[in-house]
Amino acid sequence: MKNEIAISIKPSISHSNKLSMRQEAVKSLKKHWQLYLIVIPPVLFFLIFKYYPMMNAVLAFKDFNVIKGIWGSPWVGFKHFELFFNNPMFLTLVKNTFGISGMLLLVGFPVPILLALMLNEAKNGRFKKFVQLVSFAPYFISTVVMVSIIMLFLAPRLGFVNIALNYFGFESINFLGEPGMFRSIYISSDIWQTAGYTAVIYLAALAGIDPTLYEAARVDGASRFQKIIHVDLPGILPTIMIVLILNVGSVMAIGFEKVYLLQNPLNLVNSEIIATYVYSVGLLNANYSFATAVGLFNSVINLILLVSVNTLAKRFSNNSIW
Amino acid sequence: MASLTMKKKIKDSTGDKIFMFIIYTILCLVLLVVLYPLIYIFSSSISSPGAVTSGKVWLWPVDLSFKGYEVLFNNPQVMKGYGNSIFYTAAGTLISVALTIMIAYPLSRKTFFGRKGLMMLITFTLLFSGGLIPTYMVVKEVGMIDTRWALLIPNAIWVWQVIIARSFFQSSIPDELFEASEIDGCTDLKFLWSIVIPLSMPIIAVLFLMYAVGQWNAYFDALIYLKSDDLFPLQLILRSIIIQNNTSGAINDALKLVERQQLSELLKYSLIVVATLPVLVIYPFVQRYFVQGMMVGSVKG
Repeated sequence: MKNEIAISIKPSISHSNKLSMRQEAVKSLKKHWQLYLIVIPPVLFFLIFKYYPMMNAVLAFKDFNVIKGIWGSPWVGFKHFELFFNNPMFLTLVKNTFGISGMLLLVGFPVPILLALMLNEAKNGRFKKFVQLVSFAPYFISTVVMVSIIMLFLAPRLGFVNIALNYFGFESINFLGEPGMFRSIYISSDIWQTAGYTAVIYLAALAGIDPTLYEAARVDGASRFQKIIHVDLPGILPTIMIVLILNVGSVMAIGFEKVYLLQNPLNLVNSEIIATYVYSVGLLNANYSFATAVGLFNSVINLILLVSVNTLAKRFSNNSIW
Repeated sequence: MASLTMKKKIKDSTGDKIFMFIIYTILCLVLLVVLYPLIYIFSSSISSPGAVTSGKVWLWPVDLSFKGYEVLFNNPQVMKGYGNSIFYTAAGTLISVALTIMIAYPLSRKTFFGRKGLMMLITFTLLFSGGLIPTYMVVKEVGMIDTRWALLIPNAIWVWQVIIARSFFQSSIPDELFEASEIDGCTDLKFLWSIVIPLSMPIIAVLFLMYAVGQWNAYFDALIYLKSDDLFPLQLILRSIIIQNNTSGAINDALKLVERQQLSELLKYSLIVVATLPVLVIYPFVQRYFVQGMMVGSVKG
């Protein structure tokens, strides 16, 4: 009997819930109309400049015709994707995109963690602050200036690195003309520029570790190194996971800006990535539909990567970004 | 007290001392690797053109000279770019900060109906985007191509900034304050303007700085949306002079070939300094705001 009653009551409860939700919305709208008013311009921004382009991405399945516009152009299904997958450039692009960002993740990810752990050990407060201040600074250098610095330092004749090489009796190297050097140049300059910035995030996490854990480690006679392994690292693991997820999520979004500026005809075999290809095919050669398809491929792979890393992190360590 | 005496008793072992020595050595190396290129560029920029091209500069300036800066400040192209960049930074930052607060504040209020849906709407744009070409076509459709608006509007709001601002508002403006002001008949906008904003100065400083640095350093939007030289920001001029090596317009043709070559090398160093100095000079004074902002963001990532 009781069960039946419960069942018969249920729908009416949810019904009244719905009603009250709508009433609540109207009430909130009336009372806080000013909040809804100021939110209109930012919402319009997101609709026009973020969501409208997502709709425009149907261009990838059409043959773009300037006169007919996006919606009037004829559907062609997966033609542009097939073209892309059968393109001899396809493998090169995927290899370069994943190669550069994968190596960057592998080599670049541990550096700020190590830097933060070492800074955390430094007992001299002033020295610590100074190193932090200096290592953070390159983050504010623009991509154009960063590439300018790279080019000035690596210039074949007048560059500092080659002058130094000559000084020690070695021959000059045309660094930016060597396709094999491209990845290392990109990655090392990236670490130079961002390690100090990312280290600050870990330092903040280290500062939040329960001090009694250190006391306990001390009493147990742990050495400094043991303390890092058993207290520091587990303490910042959640932060490490979140930064890792975000980094994997941006694998496909590696800086178009820097790669594009570092490119030259000599190193193009190793430096053409999906993003720069979209730019040159789409905007420079006005091949809109094809470039949109390539870009869409990039976005979808990126989404899949992000979602799967987040799921993995959630399952194995209970950390996730949503 | 017990823990205090404990600390005195337990001293660093020899192993720990060696460990600390290694750490300090590595940190000094880090310092050197980061600082050296910056000092080298600055020293080169105030050395004589001949010293720079013959590789005489190692650390300190050689034959002090301000010739590079002289040429720069007499170059209409560079000065125009500088002016444009100042305009884009000032106007763009104002627009961005205003729009960010306009969406972050309502999102932080529990009484704002639909905040979850709206939050999802904006965070989704972090995960997926239409891509370069579709965005370009929208900017074209609204008629912003080759206008100053193209650098101010299409990237005005950064989702991360909204998240950071929202979590600050949520954690630092107590609900009681709002209830009290509501009883006094204070409207939402008045509350935002006269209570929330003054109380949120640390986070607003972070927003200003991040957007300003982003605007000052940006070149990609200018590259794809602008065509007229007189709208170009400094970064695009820099790209043309240093990376594409178009120094011809910048230097007086009457000079001898050797002198012209030397000067064009020197010019690159001075240009880097001029473009980066404004940001690097302000940075040490505002560093703590950045750190604060990043920590607010990482509390609720």
